[in-house]
Amino acid sequence: MNLFGRKKSFRGGVHPPGKKEFSRAAPIEILPPPDKVMLATLQNVGQPCQPIVKPRQRVVYGEKIGEGKAFVSASLHTPIAGVVQRMKTMTFPNGRHLPVMIVKAEGKQVDGEELVSEILGGEWPKDCMRLYEPMYIHDAISDAGIVGLGGAAFPTHIKITHESKQPINTLIINGCECEPYLTSDDRLMMDAPGPIISGTLLAARALGVKKMIIGVEDNKPRAIKALRKEAADTEIRIIALKTKYPQGSEKQLIGALTGKEILPGKLPGDVGVAINNVGTIAAVARAVARGKPLTHRVISVTGEGIVQPKNILTPIGVSVKTLIDFCGGLKPDAARVIAGGPMMGFAFTDLNTPVTKGTSGITVLTENEVRKEQETGCLRCGRCVDACPMHLVPTKLALASRYKALQVAEDYNIRACFECGSCAFICPAQIPLVQLIRSGKMYLAAKDRKAA
Amino acid sequence: MEKEKKSEPVSKSVLKSAKEEETTRINVGPSPHFGHIHSTTRLMMTDVLIALVPVILVSLYVFQWFAVKQLMICILTCIGTEAACTRMRNRQSTLYDGSAVVTALILGLSLPATAPWYVAMIGSVVAIGIGKMVFGGLGMNLFNPAMVGRAFVMIAFAGVMSASGYELASTGVDALSQATPLNIFKQTGAITPIYDMFWGVTNGSIGETSAFACLLGGFYLVWRGVAAWEIPLGVIIAVIFWGTIGTIINPESQWTVLHHLFSGSLLFGAFFIATDPVTSPLSAKGRFQFGIGVGIILMLLRSFSGYPEGMMFAVLLMNALSPLINRWTIPKPFGVKTSRIL
Ligand code: SF4
Ligand code: SF4
Repeated sequence: MNLFGRKKSFRGGVHPPGKKEFSRAAPIEILPPPDKVMLATLQNVGQPCQPIVKPRQRVVYGEKIGEGKAFVSASLHTPIAGVVQRMKTMTFPNGRHLPVMIVKAEGKQVDGEELVSEILGGEWPKDCMRLYEPMYIHDAISDAGIVGLGGAAFPTHIKITHESKQPINTLIINGCECEPYLTSDDRLMMDAPGPIISGTLLAARALGVKKMIIGVEDNKPRAIKALRKEAADTEIRIIALKTKYPQGSEKQLIGALTGKEILPGKLPGDVGVAINNVGTIAAVARAVARGKPLTHRVISVTGEGIVQPKNILTPIGVSVKTLIDFCGGLKPDAARVIAGGPMMGFAFTDLNTPVTKGTSGITVLTENEVRKEQETGCLRCGRCVDACPMHLVPTKLALASRYKALQVAEDYNIRACFECGSCAFICPAQIPLVQLIRSGKMYLAAKDRKAA
Repeated sequence: MEKEKKSEPVSKSVLKSAKEEETTRINVGPSPHFGHIHSTTRLMMTDVLIALVPVILVSLYVFQWFAVKQLMICILTCIGTEAACTRMRNRQSTLYDGSAVVTALILGLSLPATAPWYVAMIGSVVAIGIGKMVFGGLGMNLFNPAMVGRAFVMIAFAGVMSASGYELASTGVDALSQATPLNIFKQTGAITPIYDMFWGVTNGSIGETSAFACLLGGFYLVWRGVAAWEIPLGVIIAVIFWGTIGTIINPESQWTVLHHLFSGSLLFGAFFIATDPVTSPLSAKGRFQFGIGVGIILMLLRSFSGYPEGMMFAVLLMNALSPLINRWTIPKPFGVKTSRIL
């Protein structure tokens, strides 16, 4: 908190209805072992992993089935014991067609209490961090195939490393979860602060930093309390931030917590910050302290269109349909199923699609929420300008994209837009601003390719 | 525009593998998947209409059927013109957005009660046709449509629209028997009681007389976030500043800052005309500068020209400057030190 008792925040942004009440009260539940999992070879930013198992091969729980060879890549592990099937190609909500490895369950599975206590429960190391060599931590993360679980899915071992090119002085753990509806991080912080605190200390040890901050939006008082209690005898600071969308966006969060602004096209490392999501950091603790790979994650299945919203500890690779059925199915008026939250998530076209490492939630909206009013001319009201957390002029960007005035779009920094959706959310004229800007960026990228 | 292919998401059902009927209703669309339910063009326009209610009531009370006539002619002509224009350009009707009615009311309320029917009618046709539609419709126009219409009739029918045109002795309507407060002061130096000016029982354009009604409606607009508060604030600050200097230079004058504020469509213009989002700058900083500019031009005209309609010219002039203000108040993108556009 600063001088005037105001919570830390950023300039711009919007206040969409939180809608956290659907699933916030539901403690994390474990999904019973599925009869098969479908694991896309590319679940992260960067290059796909190389399959290292053959069809009909037997695999055990947690076995590595794909090797991340490229620098920006992550390994893949099976969350169930079983037999490998033939690869298949599937279409994911972000529009990509990807090869998928399929494992059919067979033999005895690790289940229930055992699995929960292995992933989230028990004692986690909080002191004697000197016992862990930075290189060991880095290798453990890399071996575990951990990627950013907040949605971006950037391979974590590149961020948490002892040989970073830029000097890192601050480790920020992102517990904002600013997307409406989603409560998986909130629930994780409430139910399992242990691995989060432990993971933070381990990551700080690997990076060699002293300053550790966990930023949480102030609409999660119970999570803040649980973390503060757990972190009592450590140097980690838990900071409550103003509840505003998109508080959890990397650049905005770093700006709010450290006052540093990251130039468009630059990364947090350029200002000496490493930033990770709470779920990611819990997976780091599991990988380092228990030697287990990333096989499960917490997913909120929530929204007006779901019968019984839940937070589920789920094996990566189960189909969306399995999760929805576990939550009592869709309500009759369900209209749209989204991977992630409603502001930035992609809509599923097929409910047989599997969830990936980056799926932070499944939001089911009804006709009522997705209904759009008729588009009118831009009123030039400036609401989008006030709302843009990147301080852009969305109306200008959208119009420039619509009329393919690429130079104008570029001059107005269209590339800095990270498609957070604040502008389209607030626009009274119901102009599909994000969609237009996205198309503008696509034209620009095409132009760049031609020039290259 | 064919490229925006996914723009009708709700109606499109994409599931082919529909074994269970429950999955067939699932549709896709671009993010964000929900919008602000209290923020639509129609609702904004509805709010303007609500805010205009007190102003309209006072005008009906003071000018009686003169006001009814003016407003009805403007509404009907504006709607007709907009419908005709969209039909001529083979576009979908844009009447549902409600902006034509708002323009009609603003224009009607800024006319003298005595103006003949053809003035209101021609003003409306020009406002919608030339002020808005030739630019390409709502959002594309550079100048406030209502003020374009008003400026046109002001010049074309100078006789009936001039200061003396406001008076009409031979009716039962009290207000019409005297000149407007600004004119009385200009010509005779007599001061209209501030009380009358506050409640609006004076002569003037039918919507501008009551400071009370304008403030009431104006505060509603600002509270609802429909009118940007920076604009009226800028106007009022500029007027108070200038007025205070005037009082200091000429302390004997009975025409105080309050008289400045309550006269000659100042408040009506500050809250209802200058705040038109389309023709004012985009950013908060720009809007404030815009307001200050309107206030300064207005006071310049009041001090050195004979027109009581300073507001109209002030707004039109600042409209012309809006693109320029937009350019120099462009927000600095997050993390960027200097903007490339400047
Ligand atoms: S919010 Fe919508 S209507 Fe307002 S200026 Fe931006 S694009 Fe135009
Ligand atoms: S989507 Fe892009 S332009 Fe719109 S508010 Fe977010 S960053 Fe700004």
